[in-house]
Amino acid sequence: MSNRATLSEQLHTRFGEQLLAVRDGIDVVEADVRTTDWLSVARVLRDDDAFAFEQAVDLAGVDFLGYGDAEWDTSDVSGEGFSRGVEGFGPGRFNWSERPESVRIPNRFAVVVNLLSLKHNHRLRIRTFAPDDGLPVVASLMPVWRGVNWFEREAFDLYGILFEGHPDLRRILTDYGFIGHPFRKDFPLIGNVEVRYDEQKKRVVYEPVSIEPRVGVPRVVRDDARYATSKAETEARGAGK
Amino acid sequence: MQEIRNYTINFGPQHPAAHGVLRLVLEMDGEVVQRADPHVGLLHRGTEKLAESKPFNQSIGYMDRLDYVSMMCNEHAYVRAIEQLLGVEAPARAQVIRTMFDEITRILNHLMWIGSNALDLGAMTLFLYAFREREELMDCYEAVSGARLHATYYRPGGVYRDLPERMPQYKESRWHKGGNLKRMNSWREGSMLDFLDAFADDFPARVDEYETLLTDNRIWKQRTVGIGVVSPEQALAWGMSGPMLRGSGIEWDLRRKQPYAAYNQFEFSIPIGRNGDCYDRYLVRMEEMRQSNRIVKQCVAWLRANPGDVMLRNFKVSPPSREEMKDDMEALIHHFKLFTEGYSVPAGEVYSAVEAPKGEFGCYLVSDGANKPFRVKLRAPGFAHLSAMDEIARGHMLPDVVALIGTFDVVFSEIDR
Repeated sequence: MSNRATLSEQLHTRFGEQLLAVRDGIDVVEADVRTTDWLSVARVLRDDDAFAFEQAVDLAGVDFLGYGDAEWDTSDVSGEGFSRGVEGFGPGRFNWSERPESVRIPNRFAVVVNLLSLKHNHRLRIRTFAPDDGLPVVASLMPVWRGVNWFEREAFDLYGILFEGHPDLRRILTDYGFIGHPFRKDFPLIGNVEVRYDEQKKRVVYEPVSIEPRVGVPRVVRDDARYATSKAETEARGAGK
Repeated sequence: MQEIRNYTINFGPQHPAAHGVLRLVLEMDGEVVQRADPHVGLLHRGTEKLAESKPFNQSIGYMDRLDYVSMMCNEHAYVRAIEQLLGVEAPARAQVIRTMFDEITRILNHLMWIGSNALDLGAMTLFLYAFREREELMDCYEAVSGARLHATYYRPGGVYRDLPERMPQYKESRWHKGGNLKRMNSWREGSMLDFLDAFADDFPARVDEYETLLTDNRIWKQRTVGIGVVSPEQALAWGMSGPMLRGSGIEWDLRRKQPYAAYNQFEFSIPIGRNGDCYDRYLVRMEEMRQSNRIVKQCVAWLRANPGDVMLRNFKVSPPSREEMKDDMEALIHHFKLFTEGYSVPAGEVYSAVEAPKGEFGCYLVSDGANKPFRVKLRAPGFAHLSAMDEIARGHMLPDVVALIGTFDVVFSEIDR
């Protein structure tokens, strides 16, 4: 899209300080917004004719705990030999009692909104980080786009992000009476409780999980030049044909 | 004076017209809905979290299980997101195959929708008619992937394999024999493209058949005209997409406005409604089936004329063929690495959307450079549509709620994920 440069330019001139960063992303323009300006920026993005984002297509919570951590050491080999890739705290690796501490990075929780303007046929992704990890609070965008209602409820349910000004912030996807926020990176993949029907008690009972955490493939980050190499190889092969 | 209070009823989660596991708490004043509070999540499986714990390719199969009546469109969004992050693009033939199967999927979805919606509103025959055609198309799914529903056919870098040379035929059995068997196999003598060609020639007449049953049907009109009116303003504010948006008169289709795969090569038109009621959305979806059929026909012609690769020959992303693997040490290594560790996707984030039959199905993917996604967020069209239920259903009668659930075209496995 040729109007991406124009859009970044307009964002710069219209908002200036309110945006922490504007990036030309892989697919669309991305902007980081200060939490305090979240609602006001959103309002301008909808109402200003230059942006005209009539739709908030998607709102997602993201937990950045453990971003970039790998379980398999690939860059150098230790004295004891190769890393086995069996340690680490990637998803599925731990249960509740040994969950990773959440103190390693500042501002774990982010809210990401994908906006769409039908008028100009362009998209924009805005993101804000909740300032407090213990009690992540972000302003609700419901006054601007009422369609984010359930999306915010979902982010609250799964990540525990509180949306200030949301009229009906209930859990939405998890079970009635569920404890915890399951999509946080320190929530075990196997969960905490399992449910079964008890023949004696004649009702459904909750019990601590009986399964063990298990991961088949370790998490690996590879920073080599493989894609550059393969691209060159593909081109060479194409030339040879 | 006698005090009359509203009463609350539970619609679902076990209700044949709830299309799955919707628990709808309705506050009623007599037979008029005062407030509708949909409780969703009864089918929540944590697909996105599961995807975070697995290499990229192992989650393609989960995408089929989101919206289980438009399987390949879900795969398409996910696979495209990975391709965008990797900076690779599938070969032209794969793109056309994807386009064709997206449209087959759209027909499959709309057939399911028209069948079950008509059934909910009291028309039994259409359900049987629609499933007759669905059967043919699911055979195409099976012919390419081996599975009738959960195909896992799209892969980053292309599709799993090329279209089969021979369309599988029915075998003789106690139920299928003689002239009957011959009739059933008459389209299946040649390749899959021959079969689809025959299907595409025949299908418009079938849609006419459905329309004869419904379009001028008095009862159908009484149940749908003026019911569930969504104004264009509401449609935008609630993040509606697909037929819900087009039914309200907004011409917006990602296939045309933000083309992906091979849509810009083919001709089709975008039907829109005028009043935004259930009847208009019905007409829009019926016309969409005809248009999809048109695209399928064009794709078949293109695919006949243009043989070629259907998978990217980039062995860091897509596996080499079995033949090469047994011949070449390096191919064997690539194969081993791809099927154990997978491929590492460069760090970044991307939102890729496709025009699924129900609306905009998007996949927001964050990668931190690992062989597993860091965050996958699936944007299901039905989730946005159903969230508008309260506003749209207010003031309607109880039976109209059934018409509304039908017209939203909700499938709970995509809403609950």
